[in-house]
Amino acid sequence: MKHAGNVEAETQPASRLRAIFTHRAIWPVIALALIFLVDGIISPGFFQIRVVEGRLFGNLIDILYRATPTALVAIGMAVVIGTKGIDLSVGAIIAIVGAVITWRIHAGDPHGLVLLIALAVALVCGLWNGFLVAVLDIQPIIATLILMTSGRGIGLMINLLYGGTNPSFTSPFLQGLSVGHIGLIPTRLVLFGAIFLALWLLVRRTAFGLLLEAVGGNPAAARIVGINARLVIYSAYLISGFCAGWAGVVLAADTHTSDPVSIGLYVELDAILAVVIGGGSLAGGRIYLGMTLLGVLVIQALTTSILTSGLPPEYNLVVKAVVVLVVLLLQSANLRAALYRMFARAKP
Amino acid sequence: MTARIEMTGVSKAFPGVRALDGVDFRVEAGEVHALMGENGAGKSTLIKIMTGALRGDGGEIRLDGRPVQIGGPGDAQALGIGAVYQEVNLIPTMSVTKNLTLLRQPRRFGLIDWRAARERARERLRRLDVDIDVERPLGSYSVAVQQLVAIARALEDDTRVLVLDEPTASLDANETALLFKIVRDLKARGLAIVFITHFIDQVYAIADRISVLRNGRLVGCAPTAELPPPQMIALMLGRELERAEERTAQTPSAVRGEPILVAEGVGRRRLMQPFDLSLRAGEVVGLAGLLGSGRTEVAKLIFGAIKSDSGAMTVAGAPVGAASPGRSLHLGIAFCPEDRKAEGIVAELSVRENIVLALQTKRGVFRRLSHSEQQALADNMIEALAIATPDAEKPVGQLSGGNQQKVVLARALASEPRILILDEPTRGIDVGAHAEIVALIRRLCADGLGLVVASSELDELVAVSDRIAVLKDRRKIGEIEERAINRQTIIDTIAGPSS
Ligand SMILES: Nc1ncnc2c1ncn2[C@@H]1O[C@H](COP(=O)(O)OP(=O)(O)OP(=O)(O)O)[C@@H](O)[C@H]1O
Ligand SMILES: [Mg+2]
Repeated sequence: MKHAGNVEAETQPASRLRAIFTHRAIWPVIALALIFLVDGIISPGFFQIRVVEGRLFGNLIDILYRATPTALVAIGMAVVIGTKGIDLSVGAIIAIVGAVITWRIHAGDPHGLVLLIALAVALVCGLWNGFLVAVLDIQPIIATLILMTSGRGIGLMINLLYGGTNPSFTSPFLQGLSVGHIGLIPTRLVLFGAIFLALWLLVRRTAFGLLLEAVGGNPAAARIVGINARLVIYSAYLISGFCAGWAGVVLAADTHTSDPVSIGLYVELDAILAVVIGGGSLAGGRIYLGMTLLGVLVIQALTTSILTSGLPPEYNLVVKAVVVLVVLLLQSANLRAALYRMFARAKP
Repeated sequence: MTARIEMTGVSKAFPGVRALDGVDFRVEAGEVHALMGENGAGKSTLIKIMTGALRGDGGEIRLDGRPVQIGGPGDAQALGIGAVYQEVNLIPTMSVTKNLTLLRQPRRFGLIDWRAARERARERLRRLDVDIDVERPLGSYSVAVQQLVAIARALEDDTRVLVLDEPTASLDANETALLFKIVRDLKARGLAIVFITHFIDQVYAIADRISVLRNGRLVGCAPTAELPPPQMIALMLGRELERAEERTAQTPSAVRGEPILVAEGVGRRRLMQPFDLSLRAGEVVGLAGLLGSGRTEVAKLIFGAIKSDSGAMTVAGAPVGAASPGRSLHLGIAFCPEDRKAEGIVAELSVRENIVLALQTKRGVFRRLSHSEQQALADNMIEALAIATPDAEKPVGQLSGGNQQKVVLARALASEPRILILDEPTRGIDVGAHAEIVALIRRLCADGLGLVVASSELDELVAVSDRIAVLKDRRKIGEIEERAINRQTIIDTIAGPSS
């Protein structure tokens, strides 16, 4: 590179330290560590993991267990946000899926088929969002707001299809997917792992991630390159719909009832927060699946810790807001640039 | 004598790059000072520090002999330092008035007084001899007008220093002349003017003094008269520039054979009148014409970035049907857009990702180029086009303007095209790289690549083209064949009665 004489490689240990401190994972990891540290001090048994009745028990397992639905929604959200979009309808999709499951079980369908129908409905929801955004070119926040506001109503209407007097069901098959366990490990974690892996492979082991980030980063440039932006955006909302749908299966099977009014309420906000804590920008152009997961864990660890710490639940939201704010501040590019300058000065 | 503005020992490090290393730079009042250097030499960084857009790592700035702290653009403005940056940072969807009012608003009862704002906007533009409707969105005007609006915004009544970073990159000859007239006026009023450009002749037309940066260091500073072009270029590049041999009428191109691309009656209402164009393998067809004559439109119509509503195209004898960027990509047609920021780079993505993007799209989602293939491709291109970057993983948005332009070109080349369409390919690219890119394109054409180049640089077109299509008022008004190509025939064709 004859023209790059002013370019020097960073090799010294000081710069490795700097690299660690400017790595995007550092602040969520520190936040998580701090939360656990406080937990460890307040309740010494916090990290205990026992085996009870052939399955794992303990606060850490509980955090993972409870985080699963949000995590599902959040990884789908990360993909949509990568396209410069947003999917506010995920909570509504969960409600619709819960209602559809209850309805079809009441109608007597085989439970395997019920699962397929539920996921198909979730995909249709994603298709609808994709249509509004990619084809009609409606701004994502408005486009998905439509399903967000109408979705829970649709759920209630589905409840009415079978009278709606008793919207609960029993299904060993579906409940197995949600609250069962494979060996020592909760089934929902295993299934989440499979979905996460599949999505990660799609994003990072095919070119899908690159094309999607190009579409999100600069739509006009992506179009000139010849990328089928419409198809890419469609796929993103489909993925988000599917992930929300699976979260709906997990939640509905857990509560074995269809409660469209409150199931998965505000999950979209937690999911968006998780993406942002994970360093994703709402301006689009980047997908960090692993980091998003870290964001989900920060949020859920915080919630669980506040509950186990005996702090009055009123404080829950306030403490959560403060922690989230701090992490976001630390993630901000300006602050990081300032920190970088500090390091550059301290270790010239 | 104390300088109007004097910077001493200015340094700036970015991760992996020392952009500036102890640079001294001084500009006198009533002087036009050209700041020269290769792509990535540190010119934009230096003036960003002067105007508060960036914070230096060390060094001192004195204004009229008094040390000043410039912590942000607000400080610079208060001190009377105005700047027009390389990347126009106005808001295209807002009206001209609003763009001019963004930084300082006339107020009445605490509210913005829009009537006064409009008056002021008109008056500021009048000072620059620009008479336009200030209520229309800025984006509805040509880049040249936008550039003048940016200058109007930088000029306050009390401006003492005006910095212009590549202001002429998107201007044609007439507009450049207008800009120079304005610059001379301002100079006569005692402003210190810093002027960055890659057009060597413009430097000698307007600058009183030249400073040359190389790899973040000041390597020379002299009055224009004492630093003739060859020496200045040698200072810039750190080596002599091998002159790309000029094409002459005596070197007829070896291009014969069947056309690989034929456009017949392709056009779009209100945008471009139907035109015919053909291109043979190994041939270079230039698109000449003034700004707004339809150069970009022809390039985009052929590529399919703009949908045509008439005519038909064939590529290698096969009808194309509805041209679109995706279809063109698969037919082996690549395109470099004129506006690198809006349509070229994906700023967040790395140099590597930007370079492989087109090829990867061509291969499809499921045939991902492995990381090592991507790396090899990126490294090849970085080497071939001399892109100044510490490594291929740097986000493209952090490269210097000219190097971003090279990345866009690299992306097109990496998609292995048979036909390449370049719209203002060398905008903002330094003289050294310019010569290398011309040589590279010649080599590719010798291997059978067909090339369409749209450019506002007549000399560039004359130097590379086998045939030139001349455009005027969104019509193709003629074609100049190889033996007749020179600057004058093009100008005559444009000026002549449009048939
Ligand atoms: N925000 C940034 N982050 C990291 N590196 C940067 C940033 N801005 C500039 N650089 C680096 O600093 C060096 C100098 O860049 P600069 O923009 O000053 O070049 P320039 O002389 O203006 O070039 P050009 O003629 O291409 O505009 C380049 O190597 C560039 O990659
Ligand atoms: Mg520059």
